[in-house]
Amino acid sequence: MDYLSLISIFSAAFAVSFGAIGPALAEGRSVAAAMDAIARQPEAANTISRTLFVGLAMIETTAIYCLVVALLLLFANPLLG
Amino acid sequence: MTSPLESLPLFFVGPVPITSAIVTTWGIMIALALGAYSLTRRLTLVPSKLQAAMELMVSVLDGQIRDTSGAEPAPYRGFIGTLFLFILIANWSSLIPGVEPPTATLETDAALAVLVFVSVIWFGVRSGGVRGYLKSFAAPNVIMVPLNMLETVTRTFSMFVRLFGNVMSGVFVIGIVASLAGLLVPIPLMALDLLTGLVQAYIFAVLAMVFITATVEDGKPTSREAASNSASNAKEL
Repeated sequence: MDYLSLISIFSAAFAVSFGAIGPALAEGRSVAAAMDAIARQPEAANTISRTLFVGLAMIETTAIYCLVVALLLLFANPLLG
Repeated sequence: MTSPLESLPLFFVGPVPITSAIVTTWGIMIALALGAYSLTRRLTLVPSKLQAAMELMVSVLDGQIRDTSGAEPAPYRGFIGTLFLFILIANWSSLIPGVEPPTATLETDAALAVLVFVSVIWFGVRSGGVRGYLKSFAAPNVIMVPLNMLETVTRTFSMFVRLFGNVMSGVFVIGIVASLAGLLVPIPLMALDLLTGLVQAYIFAVLAMVFITATVEDGKPTSREAASNSASNAKEL
């Protein structure tokens, strides 16, 4: 196995593992904030949870980008031919 | 293991390769169209159970459109509702054994995102004219024109990658777990996948709605322009 494919596999794993840290922290913070808001104002729970879901999906997108980059490295790497 | 980024043709119609995603997409389209047609043939003032269920769906959809954008739902109901229902059923079609959701392939998601891109132009031009649509790029300021132009492309791309990544990763993980472990192990993951599919369909529809109404609102004449327009109209009269 040549070094290009070795590096590709390693960087795919790195992309997913480190790319998951940021979104995980961000999702934790946003859910905590939404919990806080619902506890203070239970009658606004519908609006808050709807906005929360949209926001969570936006945050999750960054992790998904990392996943797509990892898959590109593994399955569609232009350098490996 | 086959790559999730490419899809293999099942058979050829002339020179056109037909993948399993296309067959599933057409199946869903035919089912939705037939269902909509047959359910709306005998509408009555006092609704039957089925009609009441459909009316509930439409009114929930209207409420969501009104809540997320503040616009009147009537012009957008058809497009947004179809988008939501199609993506939802496509994401959940993995419940049928042997069927892979068409949204787990690049082509379907790219087509849906391009559809949203085109519909933003369509609704923008329809409400404000070509001039109003072009003016929406200069909101809130002329300095923002290059950024806004870049954003129309990048947000389309991000919608496409978001839907593809979420659905495909679900299918991929279930495939890996099913190949490693036994019969019942992937079931919790499949349940999570159902939730992801619902949330992603909802988010795709909401984002499309937000993009459309943002363009429509930015393209509207400002109060100063409207005042001067009405003043010049009054002079002509």
